[in-house]
Amino acid sequence: MALIELRGVDFSYSEMETPVLKNINLTVEAGEFVSIIGGNGSGKSTLAKLLNVLLVPSAGEVIVDGMNTADEENWLKIRQKVGMVFQNPDNQLVATRVEDDVAFGPENLGIPSPEIRKRVDKALEAVGMEKFKDNPPHNLSGGQKQRVAIAGVIAMEPECIVLDEPTAMLDPQGRKEVMETIHFLNKEKGITIIHITHFMEETVGADRVIVMNQGSIHKSGLPLEIFREIDDLKKLGLDVPLVVELAHELRKKGVEIPAILSINELVDSLCS
Amino acid sequence: MLRNITIGQYMARDSIIHNMDPRIKIVITIMMITALFFIDSFSGYGLFFLSVLVIISLSRIPLLRIIKGLRPVLFLVMLTLILHVFFTRGGEVIWQWGFISIEAEGLYTGFFMVTRIVLLIIFTSLLTLTTSPLELTDGIEYLLSPLKRVGVPASELAMMMTIALRFIPTLLEEADKIMKAQMARGADFESGNIVKRARNLIPLLVPLFISAFRRADDLALAMESRCYHGGEGRTRLYELKVKGTDFAALGVALLLCMVFIYF
Repeated sequence: MALIELRGVDFSYSEMETPVLKNINLTVEAGEFVSIIGGNGSGKSTLAKLLNVLLVPSAGEVIVDGMNTADEENWLKIRQKVGMVFQNPDNQLVATRVEDDVAFGPENLGIPSPEIRKRVDKALEAVGMEKFKDNPPHNLSGGQKQRVAIAGVIAMEPECIVLDEPTAMLDPQGRKEVMETIHFLNKEKGITIIHITHFMEETVGADRVIVMNQGSIHKSGLPLEIFREIDDLKKLGLDVPLVVELAHELRKKGVEIPAILSINELVDSLCS
Repeated sequence: MLRNITIGQYMARDSIIHNMDPRIKIVITIMMITALFFIDSFSGYGLFFLSVLVIISLSRIPLLRIIKGLRPVLFLVMLTLILHVFFTRGGEVIWQWGFISIEAEGLYTGFFMVTRIVLLIIFTSLLTLTTSPLELTDGIEYLLSPLKRVGVPASELAMMMTIALRFIPTLLEEADKIMKAQMARGADFESGNIVKRARNLIPLLVPLFISAFRRADDLALAMESRCYHGGEGRTRLYELKVKGTDFAALGVALLLCMVFIYF
């Protein structure tokens, strides 16, 4: 059974407005790393909010681990299973100390104190922030704050983490830290990752890329397949990674290059 | 610049007083402050002062720091003294110049009141110096929790306090940023009289408020997605535990209060 399943989902913020999402059908299997990309207003953030019941679809249904998000009794259970990390690192940390912030989720779940202690230590270790457990969050860098936010979600022991443009407000260093952390969690801890972004180069390591446009799924496939049709992506207002574009242009000029995603791959194919 | 601000006057130390349960500290403070008002002689104040000294030395807070803490109330202290010295009548006339006179009774009550205020301030600041805002919040939450039955949202109040503490530095930083951005475009925050200055703050306050509301909105969503559903059924990472020293301290405080009230 799929971990998350969306069946014919429509969503609009009010009845008068045009729907933000139109007939979305999507399944995510446990352990997958899915990247969702799309331009502004493509509905990707709204889609994220449907996954842990911050929003409920206007039509169709969202099923998480067999539970329907339309049923209010399931909400807490679903939010525990599907954690969410938001864009602004400042606006999602609640407590005045890193450790207390990570404990916030488990505290809400009513977990006994010694068990919270264990989970907090484990979660901070998983994101490499254990040295900062006594710091106030406002002294941390953006990337560190985002890692604390991720630890806060891990401490709830979710099966899936949805990250809604977690790197949009970070510097390149912070972006790297966060991307490494989520790949680590996916590979080593087996946590399903749904990563929403508008940086196409961040989708490179994903198992599957979903391109959203104007509230619908435009296409979906392996990163290599998606990047092959560069002109199509550009039409949607998305920036293609520089190396991919370079390879594309070279190919047009007659240089033979296989499909590549990273600088190293390009170097290898050009120098071989 | 704003990175290192501390909220409140908490001084982290490893001492018996710091490690006491915040609830017990709050209760003792309330007891001692109440008892202070029952003291009617300088010898009573002497005993109170002595106990304050003992607490200070146990807490390892430098004496200078506590004296510094008195500075903001200096004006109040002086005013109290002057009013009593010149306007309280009775007893022997010590000094007279025309219709102005200083009488024994005035001098006595003046110093009496000043001592009371000073001791009051020292004792309460000892609480805030040795207890972090977070612990204080926890303590207050627990002490208010019996009132939950009559509808006082104790845990929600504590949550609000924690969030306020969390966002003070963030908003200060933001205010600083906005201020610099406005100054770069010619805004003037430093000249003019009070009215003008207050008016000049509007371009700072409007964006600050807008962003604070946006932050509140984001935070509410983030809290909800982490299963926050009010204080009901919530557990804590650190559970407050009353230890032997807490009971001992409470016992000593009770004894002292009896002495102050009955003698």
